Amino acid sequence: MTTYLKPALILLLLLTLVTGVIYPALVTVFAQTLFNFQANGSLLKNPQGQLIGSELIGQSFSDPHYFWGRPSATGPYPYNAAASSGSNLGPTNPALSAAISARIQALKTVDPDNKLPIPVDLITASGSGLDPHISLAAAEYQINRVAKMRKLDEEILRELVDAYTEDRQWFVFGEPRINVLKLNIALDQQAVNSK
Amino acid sequence: MTAQGFLQISLYIVTLLLLAKPLGTYMAKVYQDNSEGSAHWLASIENLLYRLSGINADQEMRWGQYALALLAFNLMGFFVVYGLQRFQDVLPLNPQALPAISPDSSFNTAVSFITNTNWQGYSGEATLSYLTQMLGLTVQNFVSAASGMAVLVALIRGFVRRNSNSLGNFWVDMTRSTLYILLPLSLLLSFVLVGQGVVQTFKPYQTVKLQESISYSIPKLDDAGKTILDDEGKPFVENLQTNEQTLALGPAASQIAIKQLGTNGGGFFNVNSAHPFENPTPLSNFLEMLAILLIPAAFCFTFGLMVGDTRQGWVILGAMTLVLVTLIFVTVPAEQNGNPVLTTLGIDQTASTQQAGGNMEGKETRFGIVNSALWAVVTTAASNGSVNSMHDSYTPIGGMVPMWLMQLGEVIFGGVGSGLYGMIVFAIVAVFIAGLMIGRTPEYLGKKIEAYEMKMAAIIILIPPLMVLGGTAISLTLAVGKASIFNPGAHGFSEVLYAWSSAGNNNGSAFGGLSANVPYYNFMLGLAMLFSRYWLMVPVLAIAGSLAAKKKVPTGLGTLPTHTPLFALLLIITVLMVGALTFIPALALGPIIEHLQMLGQH
Repeated sequence: MTTYLKPALILLLLLTLVTGVIYPALVTVFAQTLFNFQANGSLLKNPQGQLIGSELIGQSFSDPHYFWGRPSATGPYPYNAAASSGSNLGPTNPALSAAISARIQALKTVDPDNKLPIPVDLITASGSGLDPHISLAAAEYQINRVAKMRKLDEEILRELVDAYTEDRQWFVFGEPRINVLKLNIALDQQAVNSK
Repeated sequence: MTAQGFLQISLYIVTLLLLAKPLGTYMAKVYQDNSEGSAHWLASIENLLYRLSGINADQEMRWGQYALALLAFNLMGFFVVYGLQRFQDVLPLNPQALPAISPDSSFNTAVSFITNTNWQGYSGEATLSYLTQMLGLTVQNFVSAASGMAVLVALIRGFVRRNSNSLGNFWVDMTRSTLYILLPLSLLLSFVLVGQGVVQTFKPYQTVKLQESISYSIPKLDDAGKTILDDEGKPFVENLQTNEQTLALGPAASQIAIKQLGTNGGGFFNVNSAHPFENPTPLSNFLEMLAILLIPAAFCFTFGLMVGDTRQGWVILGAMTLVLVTLIFVTVPAEQNGNPVLTTLGIDQTASTQQAGGNMEGKETRFGIVNSALWAVVTTAASNGSVNSMHDSYTPIGGMVPMWLMQLGEVIFGGVGSGLYGMIVFAIVAVFIAGLMIGRTPEYLGKKIEAYEMKMAAIIILIPPLMVLGGTAISLTLAVGKASIFNPGAHGFSEVLYAWSSAGNNNGSAFGGLSANVPYYNFMLGLAMLFSRYWLMVPVLAIAGSLAAKKKVPTGLGTLPTHTPLFALLLIITVLMVGALTFIPALALGPIIEHLQMLGQH
């Protein structure tokens, strides 16, 4: 057996050097040089230069002045980007319908007159718990509320939402969507500018 | 299903099939070149590796020697991955100062990665240091895949060689698979992924300021770590507030590329490719999904070239594709139809230009229904097991298809190498059954199939179901097995069945609600992964050895042609028959009952 164990160990250590040290180092050098922004987490800064999030990672919004994102099942608080997690609730689990009923209630409480059907992505937890996006329908559902809360013209707000709408990548891949964090930052920015 | 969804699925299948031939041709060259006079572009490094390891690359191995080399190499891999986890607290590159991992979890993860299963008992960003991810997991992502590829090449040589007692050299086949196939493809893919936004850095986790602070509460713990209860037996809660978010980072892109290409599937982050840093855009999603099936598809062509009749490879690829496409068109509509429970609550689940609709619980907006459900089918057809949505939250039928694809033995594309050697074993069974039915001599690719090959084939086909059904039955009779179940009712049964289907077929995906990171499941599923990897590999090599020693029988009137659509159909029927007869009773107790309950309640 030692005839096999010795070459096995040495070859493993050498391949560890190639695939576990040289390879990731090479990718890191490439990434940090050519895609510095992406490789470090696509971080967003405010005008003061403070880091205020990543454009790929959602944040929790529950203030009716903001657009709300997908519900998040991370613990101990939503959108915990150091512990990604889905809810793992099964389709027939009573806990799922209870959670969804509570989310419907929360939406209705801040916007009692809204008669639009509630889009499914607005009341279901995302897979990562960090989903930065909502569907176009989920934004449309909230436009009236946010406009009222911020005393903005609904059409002007809709234009802003349109500006932050991302189409399918290369017109084919994925789904159209809106980055909630970027939209809300833009909303706050607009409020500052108009003062 | 929407036209847009149909387009995305078609584009995926067409791209995959178009790439199979060029890559398959290249791979055949890699395995057929002799080391002397080889024009490989990394030849000097390759030869240096052999020299330093004291390996004679020209030495041919009998099947037993080939198996021993494989087992010795994987055993060393186990010790390294286990050790790295146990000592990661004192080793470098641990910016989050994560503690050492428990023995049972370390055992499970080490087994999981050497067997190319990559079951994730751990939560990447919360438990593993950068060093463990790189030196342990990334390395095994390469070499465990390369081990599977080597076994396939040995089996192919068994068909090609005549009156021979050797199958090639394990060290050479494994090293070449790593250096010439997996490494260049991984470099290419990781570069593109970084451009799309996958992180690749050695910096510690980044803290950023939130736009809106979050109030939350956690149960208060005493010094022993137990929840403190008040007089009414309710836990005391602490009310806290945070205005910061900590973003988990790391050298992710380099690991994610090989995790997809080597059909490994163990994620850098807990939620795997649902994490925006692991799979940020629809394009990264398409490429990661393509990477899952790329090498298994190309291997069909490599196989055809090496046995000297490319039609033999196309037949197998055709059979695999037919099953895959059929099951895609079961899962995608099941998820698109959504959850009737939500419809009764007045939720809009219809697909439109404004939303993807459907069952969005556990799915990401950027992927929607089509790309989530497509991924679920692809990752379980292959023994990849990475996920971009949470399978536990799928509709009963949507979740049953991935489970069944694993139970079929991971032969619909399957793992790199392992999928095709599994499928070739099914082909051996198919010619044998056909031979019995129509009175023809069972032979495949010019080699007579006799009692010895059939015995080995029977072992290969029966071990995984034994693990899956036996393991599920044992777990459900033990309190410790049932304690980990998260969802109630039939779905809870599905969670356990899914876990064993995954471990017993070296897939690695999960119904994540099951708390599998407990000593019982860590140990038991670890054993299942070991048995279903090596108790299959060794008999496959035994078949290869036995075939290589035989002479070639000329094609005669009594030969069943194996390059025809008819044979593809026969192959599919064989795979489905074994899978259906073995697992339909178990599936009836889980997803099928749940489906009926879901429809019945609403």
